[in-house]
Amino acid sequence: MGAPGAEAAEKTESGGNGYVGRSLKRKEDPRLITGGATYTDDMVLPGTLYAAIVRSPEPHAKILSIDTEAASQMPGVQAVFTDEDMADMAAPCPMVFVPPGVEMRVPDHWPLARGKVGYVGQAVAVVLGTDKYSVVDAAGQVVVDYDPLPVVTDPEKALEAGSPIIHDEFGTNTVFEWSLPGGDVAAAFRDADVVVEKRIVNHRTAGAAIEPRSFLAQWREGKLTLWSSTQIPHICRVILSIQLGITEEKIRVVAPEVGGGFGSKLQVYGEEVLACWCARKTGRPVKYTATRSEEMLVTHHGRDQIDYVKIGAKRDGKLTGIHARIIQDCGAYHLIEGPVIPTFSACVISGCYDFPAVQTDIVGVFTNKFTTDAIRGAGRPEATHFIELTMDALAEELGMDPLELRRKNFITEFPNERPHGFIYDSGNYHGTLDKCLEKLDLEGFRREQAELRERGVFRGVGFSTYVEICGLGPSRALGPEGWGMQGGYFESAQVRVLPTGAVTAYTGVSPHGQGHETGFAQIVADRVGVAPDVVEVIHGDTNTGPFGKNTYGSRSLAVGGEAIARAAEKIQDKARRIVAHKMEAAPEDIELSDGKFQVRGSPGKAMTLAEVAGEAYIPADLPDGMEAGLDEICFFDPPNFVWPFGAHACVTEVDVETGRVDVVRYVAVDDCGPAINPLLIEGQIHGGIVHALGQALYEQLVYDSEGQLITGTFVDYALPSAADVPSFETDRTETPTPTNTLGVKGVGEAATIACSPAVVASVVDALRPLGVTHVDMPLTPMRIWEAIQAAQGSAGPNGGGAS
Amino acid sequence: MIPAAFEYVAPQSLDEALAALRDGGEDAKVLAGGHSLIPLMKLRLAAPSLLVDLRRVPGLSGIRREDGAWRIGAMTSHYEVVGGGLGLASTAAGTIADPQVRYRGTLGGSLAHGDPASDMPAVLLAAEGAVTIRGEAGQREVAAADLFEDFLTTAVGEGEILTEVRLPALEGYGFGYEKFNRRKEDWAMVAVCALVKKGADGSCEDVRIGLTHMGTTPLRATATEQALRGQPLDAEHIRAAAEQAAEGTDPPTDLNATADYKRHLARVLCRRALEQASS
Repeated sequence: MGAPGAEAAEKTESGGNGYVGRSLKRKEDPRLITGGATYTDDMVLPGTLYAAIVRSPEPHAKILSIDTEAASQMPGVQAVFTDEDMADMAAPCPMVFVPPGVEMRVPDHWPLARGKVGYVGQAVAVVLGTDKYSVVDAAGQVVVDYDPLPVVTDPEKALEAGSPIIHDEFGTNTVFEWSLPGGDVAAAFRDADVVVEKRIVNHRTAGAAIEPRSFLAQWREGKLTLWSSTQIPHICRVILSIQLGITEEKIRVVAPEVGGGFGSKLQVYGEEVLACWCARKTGRPVKYTATRSEEMLVTHHGRDQIDYVKIGAKRDGKLTGIHARIIQDCGAYHLIEGPVIPTFSACVISGCYDFPAVQTDIVGVFTNKFTTDAIRGAGRPEATHFIELTMDALAEELGMDPLELRRKNFITEFPNERPHGFIYDSGNYHGTLDKCLEKLDLEGFRREQAELRERGVFRGVGFSTYVEICGLGPSRALGPEGWGMQGGYFESAQVRVLPTGAVTAYTGVSPHGQGHETGFAQIVADRVGVAPDVVEVIHGDTNTGPFGKNTYGSRSLAVGGEAIARAAEKIQDKARRIVAHKMEAAPEDIELSDGKFQVRGSPGKAMTLAEVAGEAYIPADLPDGMEAGLDEICFFDPPNFVWPFGAHACVTEVDVETGRVDVVRYVAVDDCGPAINPLLIEGQIHGGIVHALGQALYEQLVYDSEGQLITGTFVDYALPSAADVPSFETDRTETPTPTNTLGVKGVGEAATIACSPAVVASVVDALRPLGVTHVDMPLTPMRIWEAIQAAQGSAGPNGGGAS
Repeated sequence: MIPAAFEYVAPQSLDEALAALRDGGEDAKVLAGGHSLIPLMKLRLAAPSLLVDLRRVPGLSGIRREDGAWRIGAMTSHYEVVGGGLGLASTAAGTIADPQVRYRGTLGGSLAHGDPASDMPAVLLAAEGAVTIRGEAGQREVAAADLFEDFLTTAVGEGEILTEVRLPALEGYGFGYEKFNRRKEDWAMVAVCALVKKGADGSCEDVRIGLTHMGTTPLRATATEQALRGQPLDAEHIRAAAEQAAEGTDPPTDLNATADYKRHLARVLCRRALEQASS
């Protein structure tokens, strides 16, 4: 498709009102800040029944019996259902990753447990009643008789012979084995002068969106409407249709205001389907809103990889190859795409570096824990983490500066095909690192570090130079015959100029906090010659606009934004033809300037969009053969992914007596192509860093060996607040992608993908004089203290008697 | 996060509140700021049948000075304590959770709840303060040393209300507060408060040290106190004394800290708190 980026840029300038590129404040914020936004749980329909879910306290057990009698008799209770009542379900919960040629084990997974439970919190029964309090009381009266089975929570133990088997029908806990080699990997390690190996644990985390999941289902006149706190209303409709056996046109899914997702709402939950089933069964609206405890327990988890990584290099630092063996804890059952997540680690296995050979081997494992699936970054943070930390280890082994090692191996020519077949679109890895170092003043830091160490103060700096894959994506590559995802990954848009010249833009993406209503309005405004405040962006409703593919994988701008730009270009083209007709000029002589379509060289001969719309909707004098109206649709399926990149540096100070880590400075230089709205990028970078700082320093979902989640509240799951994170020093470079005409790449996950190795490396750098070479996340004070103790032997940094 | 059903009253006087508690029986609970009780109720770890809210009872708030001590109403918020110029107590209260909690949470509520991870119990214990407890039979003063009986168990009995806190002003004492937690808003993993009075020759005339979250109740670091009393307040003596900070403690292991690590923290934090208090 050539390199149309330059062309689009010209049009924007000439078209323009120049809104693209400006830090406009978010149109969404007044309603969000003043409490005026409408979330699913804000809505109540007449006759609504509230649902409470009976959940398994057992991590692995047969269900011998369920007695709902007492609960049914409780005041306010209308009905209690179990799986036995749901024989009319047309299909179990689907999993959409079916890689060709790979045996993928997908256990039947129903909204309510069928015969057995595989994790604590699994839904066993649902209680419906007229108020949301009595159903919770009644749920406590449902008596379930469990026959406990042996439990396994450690994925490596689950792979061992003799481990309890979670799904008897498979005879193994292996979900799938998948491999992606590229280049001569055997030769790469044979010819290497140095090979470093690391085992890195990337622990389990939560999405922790501020709005818990909420579903309100209505069955009326033979049609289903679901209001859902979802990132994927269109995909949800398809799945509801399959599971409930209802044809798609009779289903409407609406995502009203959605209070954050971070991937945890890139899902169709059993409770979501259950609410719809209950609405159909009872004929009354049914609402389920998760409590925070339920959010922690059964809103899908993320990460939980164990990575065995090996990098080979020549003595001079030239890389020869990388190999990663990834063990992915999938939990007991799949939701829509869990097993695909580690394969996204494989996409970026080459990092920013010119590895001639790469290989990723993945094994997915069933354990008696809840499902892992996509959480911000989804596979790429894990990869950056293990690549960057292993690069540091290699630098140490070679006695080379870690940044020199990186620079020696940076990919510099684009597009660049990697050994495993992916094509990096564009990049300037030296550029972001240069800018990062400029802000950091590394030499100054090293002087300060040495002085502070003299006084017993331990500071360190760590770096992460990353590239990520996003903008999902080219359907041919991702789809059933390619990667194996059972769907297309285009995006749709419809731009409708109303008769008065105001504009409604429908997008198939489904934002939940990102600011698309602002950024997309800027894109449309410049292309049709109006101000962004008269462009209303409509999203998240399957009854408006064309079929879309929704929001995840940092795809909204690179795919959805491009679709909306192209639909707006179609409007511009039609408007030009109408103006040319009215002005008796050629369409190519009509230019959009200062909000007017005017004849080039004749500023007096001009029409506004409102005047054009008047002609289009009172079609008394349109060019011959032209349809009335001013309303255009675009479906954009990108030719490639986009590959954002950057360089992050973290400075931490470690209190070696207590193990506390404080982040002193954080410098982030990212490149996501030309900015549509720099303020929105800044917000994503800040949030993305906090997300990964959270994982690196604070957050961890912990199951005990009995399968009980012991971090079920925000007291134990240490989500950081604003008081716990530093100010960020950010900057950007702009390297356009040829993948879309806007030249843009995604940025919603980039900083999360970048950050965690920089934090860990900074702590290792700080503690190097004490002999600490490796610490797994989260870097809790006790873990750091224990690492120091271990490195120092019995004599702690205080001298003897420190413990 | 939905509590079990409960009754709620907000009486207009202390007598009415005491009567309500009596009528409510053993499952009635006093509601002050609610920042410990309500989360427990939402998790269904507590299910009182009746909440007696003290917010409308007059005379339970405010700070006044009387006979060398501060008298602090039980319903005085942490925020008011922070701004009350109470030295150690103000500093410690400023580390409680976050601003929202400090505005709503109360000193009396925190002490009556008796969570050994909370900041104020150890402060009261180190300062050798006391509380006033009212029942229908009358009122009594209970010394801090007798107030904290066990985990979440205090001398405030059934049908009683903690109404006032007496905090000795301890003129001439320096203080230090060292709280260790993961996030700013967290309860203390371990905290140590120290009050030190220097003699004319610069030696330690008196020292009181309170330990937070080192057992089922707040504790005094008596071994350290004894080791330091009468000694020079130099780095060496402080360090040596602080090495005994964890003596006799049996801290609970939790998600973030083993007992060994907590004892280590207690020693380090004790040294730092003593250094602050004697500087």
